[in-house]
Amino acid sequence: MMSKTCIITGASRGIGREIALTLADQGMNIVINYLGSQARAEETAAEVESRGGQALVVRGDVADFGESEKLIKACIDKFNRVDILINNAGITRDSLIMRMKEEDWDKVISTNLKGVFNCSRAAVRFMIKQKGGRIINIASVVGLTGNPGQANYAAAKAGIIGFTKALAKEVASRGILVNAVAPGYIQTEMTEALPVESKEKILKHIPLGRLGQPADIAEMVKFLSMEASYITGQVMVVDGGLTM
Amino acid sequence: MDIFAKVKEMIVEQLGVEEEEVKKETAFKDLNADSLDIVELVMAMEEEFDLEISDEQVEKIKTVGDVIQYLEANV
Repeated sequence: MMSKTCIITGASRGIGREIALTLADQGMNIVINYLGSQARAEETAAEVESRGGQALVVRGDVADFGESEKLIKACIDKFNRVDILINNAGITRDSLIMRMKEEDWDKVISTNLKGVFNCSRAAVRFMIKQKGGRIINIASVVGLTGNPGQANYAAAKAGIIGFTKALAKEVASRGILVNAVAPGYIQTEMTEALPVESKEKILKHIPLGRLGQPADIAEMVKFLSMEASYITGQVMVVDGGLTM
Repeated sequence: MDIFAKVKEMIVEQLGVEEEEVKKETAFKDLNADSLDIVELVMAMEEEFDLEISDEQVEKIKTVGDVIQYLEANV
């Protein structure tokens, strides 16, 4: 059977890296996009290859329309197709609205929301030609519930959910499935930045009694990438019961 | 260049219809083209003829003849 090809944005660390490794275990070719951390992107690539997948590392800012097109093109040039796009790249610039700088708003919306548009737009025409594909957008429970200090992040993640549903309706007739995953509090460098007392407070509200691990998200992404042939336009919440 | 022949070829490929079905007076809806098919055709034509077709123009296109007419005027 021919190997499937998957593009993951922001795959040098955190949830993106874990998704890359999990899908590599399934024998997929993995395009690892990164912006800042080249050494770690290459380390992820080496790990992907040690697990039997082919890896391609592509630097590019998903907030940039042209760079996003180049990312998808690089995948097509190397692997001739794109079966799965995982829009995972995301940043935070937290502060209360009253103190939030315009730049912090713009940056988070550009990377987290416009980045999803940029990469999906570029990938979808190839998927339409292939008459199939999967797009999985990494949203957040914060996009469903809001969170003080994260108005920019919450708006971007809620935006991703609307985008997911609209695109799912547009391309369903071509066999392309579009879904979102909304992680709760997952132990990564991003949540590492939270103050200690806030982490303890959060823990009290998680029925399953622990923070999530990147592998918890990667499992869901694997399911949506490889199985789940009758699911589209959905938001899969993976949060240990936090938001029920 | 025979624009009609080229356009016919592209329509046959995109929509999977028979060549005899594609006449100048044929409406795209009678070829069972949905909105995505039209967008794909328009993008393929933009590439083939190296021009841009605006969304307003696309909305005016109903028949194969409309496309030919637009291309003949703009290529």
